[in-house]
Amino acid sequence: MPRNRLFDVFNYVVITAVALICTLPMLLILIVSFTEEKVIQNNGYQFFPETFSFDAYNLLLFGNTPLYQSYFISIVVTVLGTAVAVVITGMAGYTISTRHLKYRNQLAVFFFITMVFNPGIVPWYLVSTGMGLQNTIWALIIPTLLFNPFNLFLVRNYMKEIPDSLTEAARIDGANDIYIAFRIFFPLSLPVLATITLFYGIAYWNNWFNAIMLVDKANLYPLQYLLFKLNSEISMIQQMQSMMDVSTSAVLPSESVKMATAILTIGPIVLFYPFLQKYFIKGLLIGSVKG
Amino acid sequence: MNEPKKKKGLLNELRNNFSAYVLVIPAALYTLIFGYITMPYMLIAFQKFNYRTGIFGSEWIGLDNFRFFFSSSRAWQITFNTLKLNFLFIVVGTLVALALAILFNELRSRWFSKVTQSTILFPHFLSWVVVSYIIYSIFSTEYGLANRMLDTIGLDRINWYASPEYWTAILVSSNVWKDVGISLVIYLAAITGIDGSYYEAGQIDGANRWQLVRHITLPLLMPTVIILSMLSLGKIMYGSFDMIYAIVKDNGLLYPTTDVIDTYVFRSLRNIGNPAQAMAIGLYQAVVGFILVWGSNKLVRRINPDNALF
Repeated sequence: MPRNRLFDVFNYVVITAVALICTLPMLLILIVSFTEEKVIQNNGYQFFPETFSFDAYNLLLFGNTPLYQSYFISIVVTVLGTAVAVVITGMAGYTISTRHLKYRNQLAVFFFITMVFNPGIVPWYLVSTGMGLQNTIWALIIPTLLFNPFNLFLVRNYMKEIPDSLTEAARIDGANDIYIAFRIFFPLSLPVLATITLFYGIAYWNNWFNAIMLVDKANLYPLQYLLFKLNSEISMIQQMQSMMDVSTSAVLPSESVKMATAILTIGPIVLFYPFLQKYFIKGLLIGSVKG
Repeated sequence: MNEPKKKKGLLNELRNNFSAYVLVIPAALYTLIFGYITMPYMLIAFQKFNYRTGIFGSEWIGLDNFRFFFSSSRAWQITFNTLKLNFLFIVVGTLVALALAILFNELRSRWFSKVTQSTILFPHFLSWVVVSYIIYSIFSTEYGLANRMLDTIGLDRINWYASPEYWTAILVSSNVWKDVGISLVIYLAAITGIDGSYYEAGQIDGANRWQLVRHITLPLLMPTVIILSMLSLGKIMYGSFDMIYAIVKDNGLLYPTTDVIDTYVFRSLRNIGNPAQAMAIGLYQAVVGFILVWGSNKLVRRINPDNALF
């Protein structure tokens, strides 16, 4: 069927084009981060610059740079926050999926209401500042991110399918629910726990809302917020150079430093992407089919 | 006599399943604080709020905060922008995702399908700050790709960051660019779930590829489309602060087409420092948002009860 073949060619061309549209902009940023500043100033951003240079990375990695501090903050916040969030969500998921509990449905409604009705950022801000979180690392960990009812319902939907018969023996032996949750249910729920680990992890890593609302101390800036600030405040880049040997570069590599910072922010996501994608798609499908 | 019996039931239940209820405490406490204790603070919309004296010690001023907001011309502009942008995000996003899902379904090479799907999903994992850099690299007046292309074809450069008329399109495209992968994955899964015998029957009747798509795939995808759209509709009054503030920041030149309720609330709260006024706008946002969701759910229910959310 010649017409079908024509369609197939068209199809491959269109999808390849879409995939390119999704990749090329990031490739552009990558290339700009390696472009010599003078070349950028003369020719703008290009896919094929005349000369490459490591100036930007040199400055970011060895200058008087806030990058390490921000990386440190982002990693601490992401790891700590995600770990606590997954445990809290897993435990609550166990409770509201356990059939013999009389009040599990009322509890589920209690959580569900907050998904539908959201008082907005002003009460959120007043409660967060009221708790004294402002300008502490907890401001980046606790508000909004530490628990998400959507993830709770993902866990519940998964745990509901675990048959009671698996826990009967343990119950007869006198095991309590905490033991059953941690030793029997959690190991059986690893796929969904991996999925929510990923959801929480990405939310923490990419969050800058908490920082813009609750943090003004530069040593608490997470990476994304550093990146946000960098775009408008060139003084930050000048400061990085202040400690450097002046002869290293005559022009302040401000454009390439911005792009290099963006690339370094994406770094961990690219590294984890194969894992991310697998569990992300799984979670998306559990969520969209049942929740 | 009913009351005490019930109470005893509650206590008994808690005592018998103590360890199970202990497990829910952290999440419940968290939800209580951030989901419920936040609620009374909505009342400051009717106050002249003072940080020092708090919600109990502030003066009640009725609807003054609302009056202030609605008497400015900005109220209608930001409401319009919020609805316009979200509506376009939903419609354009759905159409592109559906089109792609149908094209992907026709692919024979699984390898090609997998690799391209991963590529299209990837931007979803970027933060809006990173995306704002990408937009900047394309539309920056001095160095951006767009102006360089205009140079090469001999047209005048455009000062993008001072021309609000382009930004509806730019924001919609970047939203689709970032998030189309998700809907694509969901639609593709829904298509895979369609019973193959429908297609066999269609082929026997002599339907061509397009007719199979038109009369089998699309109608069977409609429930998924409606559910996803309804879920996005729930956020139609909420303007994705993350996205718009990362891209536009405090660039007042672009406000006419890009400023939304969320960014306006943010500025009243953080830059101007008036939480009561910000709350008044937030309350208006919540109420209109709720009415829209409730209304559209009712509409969907009337057309097809199975597709309603609640």
